[in-house]
Amino acid sequence: MTEDTLKVFIDGVVRYFQHTSHKEVKVGAPYLVDNRQPASFDYTGIIGISGPYRGTVYFTAPRALLSHLLLSLGEQDTSTGNILDLVGEVANTIAGNARAAFGHEFMISVPVMIEGAPSQIQLPVDLRSYVIPVSWKSYQAAVVICLEGV
Amino acid sequence: MLDVMIVDDSNIIRRKIERSADRQFFNIVALARNGLEAVDLFQAHRPQVVTMDLTMPEMDGIECVERLVKIDPAVRILVISALSDVETGILALERGARGFLCKPFDDEQLNGALTELVEGLHD
Repeated sequence: MTEDTLKVFIDGVVRYFQHTSHKEVKVGAPYLVDNRQPASFDYTGIIGISGPYRGTVYFTAPRALLSHLLLSLGEQDTSTGNILDLVGEVANTIAGNARAAFGHEFMISVPVMIEGAPSQIQLPVDLRSYVIPVSWKSYQAAVVICLEGV
Repeated sequence: MLDVMIVDDSNIIRRKIERSADRQFFNIVALARNGLEAVDLFQAHRPQVVTMDLTMPEMDGIECVERLVKIDPAVRILVISALSDVETGILALERGARGFLCKPFDDEQLNGALTELVEGLHD
């Protein structure tokens, strides 16, 4: 995966948080992890990618970050249903925005939301993923990219 | 006052649009979670304005735009989607949408897009 490809997703994260919260978000240096030990926080929104690129893009965050982000959106209901909805929407927005760079053949699925880390069903064990660390307010989160064909 | 239906599979986005739309001009009459539900609610409420997500389960937004325009060719549909490639925007417009707003968006962008969408309808 090239630096330019990663930058597409980094720009997507920054755009999301800037538009949504008007607060600065910091993005750390991306690093590689083994899919047998996927990076994860409390909740994860997973987007399946198909077309010329195949794999998964996911956003994972602790409940505290997601609760705070909901409040920033003007949403007072921080129930688990809305937390799961939000983590899926963030993943969907970041992956969807990537089509501006990759074109309409970069097909994205509807989000799958889970508590904890993606399983081997979502992440092929023979591949590795790039983790993009995200820091917003005092919270840590991550966007994780596992793609073939880029 | 124009009647509006909001179509999005995310409860948070539906509620955000509902909260943010200028109530001086827009009256929210229906909220739909997917394209199939949207077709049913559209027939029941006949809103003049629809905000439409694209990536949804059951029936996606492009197919739903086509169905709604067949029912009422005068309906004003604003697509609100994270799919930010030019081809998707053109496809939505070709199928009958009248505007396109990319997620993420803020209140000002939403109301700007809605105002542009309904230009002439208030007269």
